[in-house]
Amino acid sequence: MADAPFHHTLMIVEPLCIGCTHCMRVCPTEAIRVTGGKAKVDPERCVDCGQCMDACPHDAIIIEQSDFQQIFDYAIRVAIVPSLMIGQFEDDVSEQQMFDSLRHLGFTHIYYAELGVDILHALGGKISVYSDSHPVISSYCPAMVRLIQLRYPSLLPNINLVRTPAQITAIYARSLLIHEGHNSEDIGIFYITPCAAKYAQIKTPGSATSGLIQGGLNLDYIFNLIQKDLANRKEQFKKQSTQNKKPLITQQAFLWSLTKGESASMKGRTLAVDEIHNVVEFLELVEDDRLENLDFLELRACDTGCTGGVITPRNRFLATERIKHHASTLEQTLPSEALKSIEHVSKELIRDLKTERIVAKNSFQLAVDTATALQKLEKVQKLTETLPGIDCGLCGSPTCRTLAEDIARGNASIRWCVVLKIRDPQGLNNLAKIWGESLPNNRP
Amino acid sequence: MQLEYQVNSGDFANAGKVSSEIKKILKQLSFSTSHIKRIVVALYEAEVNVVAHSYGGSVSCHIAPDKVRLDVIDTGPGIADVELAMTEGWSTATQEVREMGFGAGMGLSNIKKNCDYMSIDSGKDKPTHMTLIFEV
Repeated sequence: MADAPFHHTLMIVEPLCIGCTHCMRVCPTEAIRVTGGKAKVDPERCVDCGQCMDACPHDAIIIEQSDFQQIFDYAIRVAIVPSLMIGQFEDDVSEQQMFDSLRHLGFTHIYYAELGVDILHALGGKISVYSDSHPVISSYCPAMVRLIQLRYPSLLPNINLVRTPAQITAIYARSLLIHEGHNSEDIGIFYITPCAAKYAQIKTPGSATSGLIQGGLNLDYIFNLIQKDLANRKEQFKKQSTQNKKPLITQQAFLWSLTKGESASMKGRTLAVDEIHNVVEFLELVEDDRLENLDFLELRACDTGCTGGVITPRNRFLATERIKHHASTLEQTLPSEALKSIEHVSKELIRDLKTERIVAKNSFQLAVDTATALQKLEKVQKLTETLPGIDCGLCGSPTCRTLAEDIARGNASIRWCVVLKIRDPQGLNNLAKIWGESLPNNRP
Repeated sequence: MQLEYQVNSGDFANAGKVSSEIKKILKQLSFSTSHIKRIVVALYEAEVNVVAHSYGGSVSCHIAPDKVRLDVIDTGPGIADVELAMTEGWSTATQEVREMGFGAGMGLSNIKKNCDYMSIDSGKDKPTHMTLIFEV
């Protein structure tokens, strides 16, 4: 994976932001500062996990909207639908209705994203993983990959380089269509995404999805389109149900995006951690290199897995329940004609099964060269001792330690510490002079 | 830069805290991941030795742009034969300690493998002072 800048899909709507600091406190990468009464995101540090959007009490954080009309740039319009989509609807919307509606909206072909699991299984007889180091870390959740790039670069060799199910499904769908005689440029593959991170990955040039998937579509937006379409055609549905074939998938694959869904298919001793703060705590341990007994680590940014995605409309527990219920109605293996069509394009699939190695992003280092970083770190240590240590966030940095780091980087002033200002304004002035600060009194 | 930490005897629950703290600091300093790994592995072993075998002690860490020096100093009871203790698999660990997953006798040789310079000053009923230097 090339060292291209991350594309971010989370945006702050300034008129709605009141600088309340909720988002800043939950950000697992300390990417947010409140400046001039408004939250600002450092693009070098944001991993698009969506914690901030979830935490914002003023709906001031939104996700970039996709243009649905883009699908009509293509004669063949393929929807890659995550299995969790069925969980977004209550039981009165059937799987058949959901897919009929997607066809009515304009898609010509529909696949479950997690079919990729079954394809992988069919190709090798087992679910294969590939990494340079042990234990293997799942690459399924793009926010986790970004987190490791930023904060745990020593674990990059552990990341599974086998493509994710949605990517494999995209290769499969395209290869089949080309075999049927379609031109590749006429085929548009669109992935309906439940979170900011997956959407951001599709939008990042040079990412693992580049070329495979032409666009992302936000799940909440598609959910609304389907609901509206179903409401409009209610009478029609009463009269007749269509006989369109439902996309194929097995039980095992259907559960993949839920917590423990992926690790259940892996060999050896496996472990699943969900919710990004839990993952941060856990990766510190993995990095200390004392988990030799573990073979596979499934990491998910969201609580309960992808059903916890920041733009999933329905309660994650209810959604999870319906997905599990639906999975129980599915077969354990694909029908033989599906296996035959996988076999038919197996060359194309095997050729493109792995992604490139992933490179580190060093946004947490204090400076590029160690000597300068050391000087800055000494300053950080001294400042941290001087600051009150209560992490009130009023200065606009999430903790006293991060304010100290911001000061050492030249991006903040000790004068911004509200607690020191109240306790001893004169003393604070002296401190600022000692630190040789030239920044303004108040956060601009 | 100089950093100081205490290590308590018998506190297995917290064994590894010092190496974790130092790892976090080294990561901010643009050292390569392979250098950091070597330092953290060696320090962890040394830290566990202090917890498992000594009456308690301290770790001091001196960081320079091209060198990291660790001094792990305990208050006894010392190592009678340092050369023998360096042998892979040789261990004085009690059954209790082994049951906790420590004491396989790989500690000192593992430390040596990961650093560029190692010295141990010890003896029977004496404090042990281990110095480790890493060229980075």
